[in-house]
Amino acid sequence: MEIFSLLASGFSIVADPLNLALVIGGVTVGLFIGAMPGLGSVNGVAILLPMTFLVPPTGAIIFLAALYYGAMYGGAISSIMLGIPGASTAVATTFDGRPLALQGNADKALVAAAVASFFGGTISIVLFTAFAPPLADVALAFGDPETFALMVLAFATFVGLGSDDIPKTIFSICIGMVFSAVGLDIMSGEPRLIFFDVIGFMHGINFLVLAIGVYGIGEMMWTIEISRGDTMMSKAVISVDRIMANLKELMGTWKIALTGSLLGFFVGMLPAAGATPGALMAYGVAKTTSKDPDSFGKGNVAGVVAPEAANNAASTGAMLPMLTLGIPGSPTTAILLGGMVIWGLVPGPRLFIEETEFVWGLIASLYAANLFAVLINIAFIPLFLWVLKMPFTILAPIVFVLCLVGGFVPTLDMHDVWLMLIFGVGAYLMRKLDYPLAPAVLSIVLGPLTEPALRQSLLISNGEFSIFFTRPISGPIMIIALILIFLPLIRLIWRKIKGGAAAET
Amino acid sequence: MAIVMAALSVYFMWKSAELPIGWLPDEGPGGGAFSFWLSAVMFICTIWIIINWARRTSPPSQSEEPYMDDYAKKMLLLVGGSVTVMIALVHVIGMHLATAVFMIYYVRFLGRHSWPLTAALATGTPVFIFFFFDITLNKILPTGYLEPMYLVLYDIFL
Repeated sequence: MEIFSLLASGFSIVADPLNLALVIGGVTVGLFIGAMPGLGSVNGVAILLPMTFLVPPTGAIIFLAALYYGAMYGGAISSIMLGIPGASTAVATTFDGRPLALQGNADKALVAAAVASFFGGTISIVLFTAFAPPLADVALAFGDPETFALMVLAFATFVGLGSDDIPKTIFSICIGMVFSAVGLDIMSGEPRLIFFDVIGFMHGINFLVLAIGVYGIGEMMWTIEISRGDTMMSKAVISVDRIMANLKELMGTWKIALTGSLLGFFVGMLPAAGATPGALMAYGVAKTTSKDPDSFGKGNVAGVVAPEAANNAASTGAMLPMLTLGIPGSPTTAILLGGMVIWGLVPGPRLFIEETEFVWGLIASLYAANLFAVLINIAFIPLFLWVLKMPFTILAPIVFVLCLVGGFVPTLDMHDVWLMLIFGVGAYLMRKLDYPLAPAVLSIVLGPLTEPALRQSLLISNGEFSIFFTRPISGPIMIIALILIFLPLIRLIWRKIKGGAAAET
Repeated sequence: MAIVMAALSVYFMWKSAELPIGWLPDEGPGGGAFSFWLSAVMFICTIWIIINWARRTSPPSQSEEPYMDDYAKKMLLLVGGSVTVMIALVHVIGMHLATAVFMIYYVRFLGRHSWPLTAALATGTPVFIFFFFDITLNKILPTGYLEPMYLVLYDIFL
């Protein structure tokens, strides 16, 4: 079959010593970043993206994808050992991981998390390999109206499925889009939105400036504020015998891992949902289908397996729309997508035709990253535990310095560094008021793709918005998007009607 | 906060309107249209947020905790302030030395770690970024007024 030969060629790319080293390096760095409380895959990818200019694009994305993977594994470590999620994606892992650690079974939880992550990762990559090429084929037929409709759908998921305040979500989407419009107007070439006539805005706002501002500086300030107290670390006893015994026990949870993986993969594809809700849902399903639901939350291994399988599967799921449609399924993949533009690649379905080496190298690297992540994770558990003891007052300044340098390097302009600081502080202040920030990062990446799609479509149709509804593919997509946008309203009315009926009877 | 955001939205709208925001014959929507309408939506959202706040239906407006408690204010001042000072220093003494100063301040005075550790981090970080970014990636970081010194270093390593 064609897929297998393509996959084989992908593996030959990964087997290149440099790329293999990048996979291992990325996984290791990702594990550390994931394990540190407060830092997750999105922070790691945003802060380290500027460093990947060192290697060719294929190597760069292999490194970052491996880092993404590693961080998903690593998130579980601090959830279990400290009771603080290493990243928001590992929140559900604390529910049962922490009680297990307190009972002296930290090693059991850690091994379960690693194995479940591996399981979830493997299932999702196989699904990814199977789904990506046909989806890219379909997407090849897309014109501007379809692209625009997809973008609307992506943002509609935030409104309809996101759990955040609706006006704040829409505000966040719009502000990202407006920032993406700064600079030279792509069609007329005229300068626009040059705030206060500062020359630095002429070259536009690089998405990395916003991403590093939000996920580097803003996130660090947020973490420093909320982690003010000292943390309590559990002790973990690790030996080969115990690992083997734990593995045997884990065999019984494969069904939960499978459900978690499937759930995670499909939820992960949605831009608004992603790994965190995927993991929470998997936890919920595991609990409700369990014969012994009361044991959840008190140290049931299945409660670690389900969310960990799901969050790894979700991270792969998020890459599916990013590679095939050019629409990221998560903030991390949004940054990867922005990186692809910097490396000179055009995201979207044509990647599968024009950049086969890049695409299949990436897919094959996911298999490799998954394998290395589980091995490195289990082998170096003691090392990661040592990292958790690293004081934040050493980590924080290093991250700040990397942010500043990383903000400067893409454009070599100090203006961007100042802007990043403003974004960072602004993001921190907004976050305190429950403004979701992921939509803004997603929209600054998608803005430059959305605007031309909209304007070209309107040119084709002579200004008629009906073009988005009358074409066979964009029509249904737009309708689904509109339903999603109005979903909260429908829910509200439904509840009112039901509430009214209940009051009458 | 929402009022600030509303003001920002209006500013964006006004700024977008510098370019044609209507329909241009043969050219399609004007260059400012996209950002103008987005800013308009932003403005509507801020009004919506203000209404929610006034009716106290959103969680932040119900919370009794102060928006910024003393710890948060102190943190913002010490951490945010030091990052601001560092960026300002970059213009004067360059990225590398500003990094060293920042590390000394943060590790020693905020973190209260030992001097040897501080010294190691304060020299290690700038040296690492010099060799990684300036030399390996050939992305010359700002040098401020110390450029003559760097020219010598570039001669040796580049």
